Amino acid sequence: MIVKVNEKIAIEHGLKKDEYKKICDLLKRTPNITELGIFSAMWNEHCSYKSSRLHLKKLHTKGKQVIQGPGENAGIVDIEDNDAIVFKIESHNHPSFIEPYQGAATGVGGIMRDVFTMGARPIANLNSIHFGSPDHEKTKNLLRGVVKGIGGYGNCIGVPTIAGQTCFDDSYNGNILVNAMTLGLVNKNKIFYSKAAGINKPVIYVGSKTGRDGIHGASMASAIFDDKIEEKKPTVQVGDPFTEKLLLEACLELMAGKSIISIQDMGAAGLTSSSIEMASKGDLGIEIDLTKVPCREENMTPYEIMLSESQERMLIVLEEGKESEAKKIFDKWNLDFAVIGKTTDSKKIELFFENEKVAEIPINFLAENAPMYDRKWIKAKLPKENNFTKDQFKSLKLSDCLKKVLVDPNIVDKEWIWDQYDHTVMGDTIQKPGGNAGVVRVHGTNKAVAAAVDSSATYCHAHPLTGGKQVVCESWRNMISVGAKPIAITNCLNFGNPEKEKNMGEFVECVEGITEASKYLNYPVVSGNVSFYNETKDKGIKPTPSIGGIGLLSDYKKMITMELKNDGNYLYVIGKTEGHLNQSVFARNILSKFTGPPPEINLFNEKQNGMCILNLKKENLIETCHDVSLGGILTAISKMSIKANKGVKLFSIDGLVNKFEYFFGEDQGRYIVEIKPENLENFENMLKKDSIHFDKLGVIEGNKIMYGNDLKISIDDIRKGYKNWLKEFMVN
Amino acid sequence: MKSSVIIFPGSNCDRDMDVALKKFGFKNQMVWHNDTDIPKSDLIVLPGGFSYGDYLRCGSIAGKSKIIKSVIDFANSGGLVLGICNGFQILTETGLLPGILQQNKYLNFICKNVFVKIKNKENKYFKNIKKEVLELHIAHNEGNYFCSKDELKLIEDNGQIAVTYCDQKGNDNKENNPNGALKNIAGIFNKDKNILGMMPHPERMIDPFLSGEDGSLFFENLIGSI
Repeated sequence: MIVKVNEKIAIEHGLKKDEYKKICDLLKRTPNITELGIFSAMWNEHCSYKSSRLHLKKLHTKGKQVIQGPGENAGIVDIEDNDAIVFKIESHNHPSFIEPYQGAATGVGGIMRDVFTMGARPIANLNSIHFGSPDHEKTKNLLRGVVKGIGGYGNCIGVPTIAGQTCFDDSYNGNILVNAMTLGLVNKNKIFYSKAAGINKPVIYVGSKTGRDGIHGASMASAIFDDKIEEKKPTVQVGDPFTEKLLLEACLELMAGKSIISIQDMGAAGLTSSSIEMASKGDLGIEIDLTKVPCREENMTPYEIMLSESQERMLIVLEEGKESEAKKIFDKWNLDFAVIGKTTDSKKIELFFENEKVAEIPINFLAENAPMYDRKWIKAKLPKENNFTKDQFKSLKLSDCLKKVLVDPNIVDKEWIWDQYDHTVMGDTIQKPGGNAGVVRVHGTNKAVAAAVDSSATYCHAHPLTGGKQVVCESWRNMISVGAKPIAITNCLNFGNPEKEKNMGEFVECVEGITEASKYLNYPVVSGNVSFYNETKDKGIKPTPSIGGIGLLSDYKKMITMELKNDGNYLYVIGKTEGHLNQSVFARNILSKFTGPPPEINLFNEKQNGMCILNLKKENLIETCHDVSLGGILTAISKMSIKANKGVKLFSIDGLVNKFEYFFGEDQGRYIVEIKPENLENFENMLKKDSIHFDKLGVIEGNKIMYGNDLKISIDDIRKGYKNWLKEFMVN
Repeated sequence: MKSSVIIFPGSNCDRDMDVALKKFGFKNQMVWHNDTDIPKSDLIVLPGGFSYGDYLRCGSIAGKSKIIKSVIDFANSGGLVLGICNGFQILTETGLLPGILQQNKYLNFICKNVFVKIKNKENKYFKNIKKEVLELHIAHNEGNYFCSKDELKLIEDNGQIAVTYCDQKGNDNKENNPNGALKNIAGIFNKDKNILGMMPHPERMIDPFLSGEDGSLFFENLIGSI
């Protein structure tokens, strides 16, 4: 069937009128349908970053530790002794809403491929998932499907899922978020890149066969949802973790030799984007005979082959003459292996099918000439503070408030989720999910890597600039809290429709906030992705940048955990508590106030407090550490108590804030630490020397949390709700 | 002492098992599923994972793989064969162990620490372990052991139940059954007790920084009793 391309068809491919005109102008002719498909795949938001590119350039991406920043399959940082960590986070939001199991599973598969494409063995997976309100009819099934999908893929491959984050909010009712992150370990002298080099080098296709699944997946992820989303199911890819496991082992085996020039996984926009990216980076041309592509289904057209997003496939440029050596490895692992083309000096992509040329496009039309937009955006104003009056607190009881806060779905224990993820395979997980961060040892060494994912959509929504800074700081604190030196971050920027000035403004200002904090903290962004158009029927999500951070422990035995250790030890909070209740869990759940500014970020204090914790640990002065985040001090203490089954007697607070503000305020830059009595003096002296604010909070004793006559609550009492809420929600 | 770990495509606890065996003194070698011969060994281990993807019944394709004939011959001649998790599933598929492993009762994958009670110490796997209850780790989707009434009677009469899920004190009742397994069975022997299949992963519990150290007791005893 020959389709004649016109403007209408171009628009059906998600291109704008002027974009179609630009294509015709560049080519000086009308593209054929295969060429149009290629343009639409390369020029959609997902692949071209056309709305975001301009702003992403501002991100702080440099540092002594950075080996590879954004622009490759994943970022790479140095962790000394020739070891390096390859890591990245990526969204799979749109497909996961349409088909939660496969959407989430292939999200995990895709990000793992990005990491092992660079020569690294994946050592840990993480995820950040956001769902609509628990009351929403779709939430339960989506959550169940996504968790099963993430587990189904990661468990099968045998990479531990060591940490994650789950949030619920109305704004995700029509657009859930599934962000998957992978860390891999590589020898820094054996990294593989996607840049092709040399002409007449064989181009090899390996992995699964190509089917009709996922055609237009990337375009679908670049559009808003309407009533007909169910019809988009065929655009969701289907994952096969077993094949990916084979592909992983086969690729690593091939990489141990010297035959690979460049390698690129076929992710979004499949063969199209992988081949073009390799050629573009190498400033070369590429010629492919589509007849040679291993296909799963009969009579596939060049258009379908180029746009398929079948999973578990890789494209490799090999050294000449190494084909049979490479083929042997893929045969051993029972994977398809086909020489499908070669590199050329034409600087064009040229496609052949059944001895006929079916497409010819100069590479730079697709890459450098892709549209870039400076979209209009508006700056957000800092909302006015709520003045909470004495009356609002008068009838409140600390114990009731605490119980209520601990069963907020965003605070409750997420064991129901991570019990379904294999988090211990590979035998190096030394901090499991449910702590400040996941920690895995670098196999066979004394080192360990910490990782966590964070987002704070509520804060970002209230004030994007502050929110952007806050997420980076929270990630930094998670690293510090396990005793790791923060190294670098990867960001997954989930936003609404960039064609709306407000949404675009949220994006621009969150990026600005991220940049400011990461620069100040020397916590650079080395990889990431952007997911726009998280919008259904005109309702967009709250701005949700997810930050995946990693940190290094040079001696894993020095790792810090958050559960309380011994009776008689003292608890301190480091960092100043001013009782910021605006935008807090307390304000929403107890005072029913949803407005106001998020807590302020003071980067100077943030850095100083964090470095101080690491120094305290170096001097062996702290036993336990937990950063204070959602729900404030009392929530943090409760979690530490529940984990250890130990009570705390709190001392009376002084100062200007009331007890609710003090215990539930969400001021930033704070940590709770546990100190042995014999270390109190040295501990306090160290803090005083650096003029760091601290309060002595209480002492560990008994099995209750007590505060004078105001609070007396047993650990068993608070554990129930906190531990069981999610399980009961999912079972009922 | 020499051991061999069989690698099937989709095995993913092969390295962990290799690390554990070597740590406790075994000279371990890895054997590829497409080979036919197994080098001289005192112990053969079928590791955890998803052999051949487990898209069919778990372990069924591995149960028909090229290497498996040698495993069966070795077992039938009295050699020690240990199957962990997917390895247990494979052993039931080959018929070396009775019964089957169904999907977990609540249909979810479960990854967590559990306690198991040692039911029989008159064998090389548990002989000199002083404790009665071990804390081990499970990570599986199909660990719900089942067999017919007749088979159950036989394995009970022959003392073939190796370990059962229990609480810290050793109560192996319904409340302490994570996956719905018949009689809380977490692992069983063949009649001669030279073959052991169990769902928990001792290789993940060999270091105080991991989930625990009771796996060390298992391997220390194993190398000592061979």
